[in-house]
Amino acid sequence: MSVLVVVECDKGEVKKSSLEVASYGAQVAQALGTTATAVAVGEATEANLAQLGEQGITKVLFDNEPRLKDFVNGAYTKLIAAAAQQEQSQVIVLANSNIGASVGSRLAVRLKASLATNVVELPKIEGGQFTVKRGAFSGKAFADMVLSGERKIIAVKKNSIEAQHNAGQTAQVEAFSAQLSDADFADAPKQVVMQDQAGGILLPEADKVVSGGRGMKGPENWHLIEELATALGAATACSKPVSDVDWRPHHEHVGQTGITVSPNLYIACGISGAIQHLAGVNSSKVIVVINKDPEAPFFKAADYGIVGDVFEVLPKLTQAVKELG
Amino acid sequence: MKFLVCISNVPDTTTKITFTPDNKEFNKAGVQFVINPWDEYALTRAIELKEAQGSGSVTVLNVGEADTEPNIRKALAIGADDAIRVNAAPKDAWFVAQQIAHYAKEGGYDVILMGKESIDYNGFQVHGMVGELLGIPTVAPAMKLDMSGNTATLEREIEGGKEIVEVNTPFVASCQQPMCEPRIPNMRGIMTARTKPLKVVEAVGEGAATSVAEYALPPKKQGVKLIPAENAGELIKLLRNEAKVI
Ligand SMILES: Cc1cc2nc3c(=O)[nH]c(=O)nc-3n(C[C@H](O)[C@H](O)[C@H](O)COP(=O)(O)OP(=O)(O)OC[C@H]3O[C@@H](n4cnc5c(N)ncnc54)[C@H](O)[C@@H]3O)c2cc1C
Ligand SMILES: Cc1cc2nc3c(=O)[nH]c(=O)nc-3n(C[C@H](O)[C@H](O)[C@H](O)COP(=O)(O)OP(=O)(O)OC[C@H]3O[C@@H](n4cnc5c(N)ncnc54)[C@H](O)[C@@H]3O)c2cc1C
Repeated sequence: MSVLVVVECDKGEVKKSSLEVASYGAQVAQALGTTATAVAVGEATEANLAQLGEQGITKVLFDNEPRLKDFVNGAYTKLIAAAAQQEQSQVIVLANSNIGASVGSRLAVRLKASLATNVVELPKIEGGQFTVKRGAFSGKAFADMVLSGERKIIAVKKNSIEAQHNAGQTAQVEAFSAQLSDADFADAPKQVVMQDQAGGILLPEADKVVSGGRGMKGPENWHLIEELATALGAATACSKPVSDVDWRPHHEHVGQTGITVSPNLYIACGISGAIQHLAGVNSSKVIVVINKDPEAPFFKAADYGIVGDVFEVLPKLTQAVKELG
Repeated sequence: MKFLVCISNVPDTTTKITFTPDNKEFNKAGVQFVINPWDEYALTRAIELKEAQGSGSVTVLNVGEADTEPNIRKALAIGADDAIRVNAAPKDAWFVAQQIAHYAKEGGYDVILMGKESIDYNGFQVHGMVGELLGIPTVAPAMKLDMSGNTATLEREIEGGKEIVEVNTPFVASCQQPMCEPRIPNMRGIMTARTKPLKVVEAVGEGAATSVAEYALPPKKQGVKLIPAENAGELIKLLRNEAKVI
């Protein structure tokens, strides 16, 4: 009856969002008076999986099949369904990532479960019924959603709950086989192409984001954004028109029709703050706006602001960060 | 090849979201509804692929009540050949997925395209549910889709990169930019759309698996603290000492 947590790994490490998912699952397990078991997908190492004890995980199921390194929808779904069956799990928690949504939606049908994506808080549990708070209307609202099915699948939005670290606790890593066959890998990728990320920080996983809009005037000025991002250890992002004209790649476009980010710090440079842009960023904890127009709508959604020219302000900020040491 | 494109009817992206006084329902009063922006990529790409193949058809499907018909007609004006409306309020993703799977199977479609997610309920889950119900692969979210015979080559976005995936028909893909340049209706399209077939059918399957107890708006910001541009460096100190985010 344990709560099953799906942890995504990359290059041997458990992704930060999956540490949050593990903590979420462990807290749900505690509320239900049971334990939390994790099942690992992606490129994992036993040593790193054992450390999930710090997030409150008791046991980790690890299938050493090398083809699980890359995302394969069919195989991942079967692996997690098999783990859920072995553990007799009524609750499955995963990340609200492209992988989580792809697998979670298939599992919901296969296991006849109620599925909630985009979840931002721990559930309220009354009897067998879960109520979860989820983002809706692209960041413009929240909905308390009732999961009435006997089984529940919860996809947790990144940076919504804090990962716990109980130093010294370890989880027991157990070999697990879902008896995957070639047919389960039929939709395996032919090729995986990773982006060159500034400073190696991925936008969906980033704690801090420096973002530029049309006010940056052209791609030749992006070094100003990148220098501040590097100094802060932040990822870079942009508004939609900027990626539409190919100043920046599409995967950096945030907003209602791009990706939604919820970092601790979002710095908007030369972005007006259109409602569609705000939708993708307004769950950031702290928003800083730099714009030369004091009437720019973004200031209404900001915590800190500088009315000024990005070309003068950005180098000063980068310098100040470097001086902090 | 037969394409089925699923379109969702959503509030325009500029809509200020409000709820009914009991916070139990979205307040539709005065709201302009549009085709979900992501579904426009699916629709345009289906039309482009049909044109490239020189034969076949593009059908749009919506699960919704009669008030969604203007947007269904718009999809026909953009270039779909015919439409199906499943006459029911879309209660949740599971309910919607059952309708799509049922009518997709009945019509024998080769390619089922949808948008990445609906911009109102942001489920990002109908694709996988339909794929699982039909026992066929799903590729979500797809940034590129090319067809050669019965084989599709797709670029699937993953965090930090992309996968190149090949699948055979039938399959489901959920689409997003930069797959194509979404088309807008032209005058001829608008004229012909009026006479294209729009079939209204009844809902099948089970009810919803989820429901909303209450909606809420995000907490308001306290107000912005302005730092003079000359002292820009001061901001960094505030971010460290006051906001504690760096
Ligand atoms: C269906 C739909 C979906 C959309 N989805 C998205 C989305 O997902 N994401 C998104 O971002 N947009 C989206 N948009 C577009 C959105 O409406 C805005 O057009 C867009 O966000 C504006 O981008 P911007 O702020 O970079 O440019 P602008 O609105 O042109 O703003 C540029 C800003 O830079 C400032 N500026 C200029 N020069 C300087 C300088 N030297 N120093 C400081 N400031 C300067 C100006 O004062 C201005 O405020 C969507 C639109 C539609 C219709
Ligand atoms: C709890 C809840 C309550 C809701 N209440 C209402 C309501 O009262 N009135 C109302 O009108 N809607 C309502 N909806 C929205 C409606 O049910 C959605 O259409 C459905 O939930 C799918 O949205 P999603 O965000 O889960 O889909 P996603 O998985 O994000 O959608 C992906 C794609 O699926 C396709 N798709 C989604 N919905 C439809 C559809 N209806 N027809 C055809 N294709 C579709 C589109 O291609 C879309 O891009 C509600 C949704 C939820 C979750």
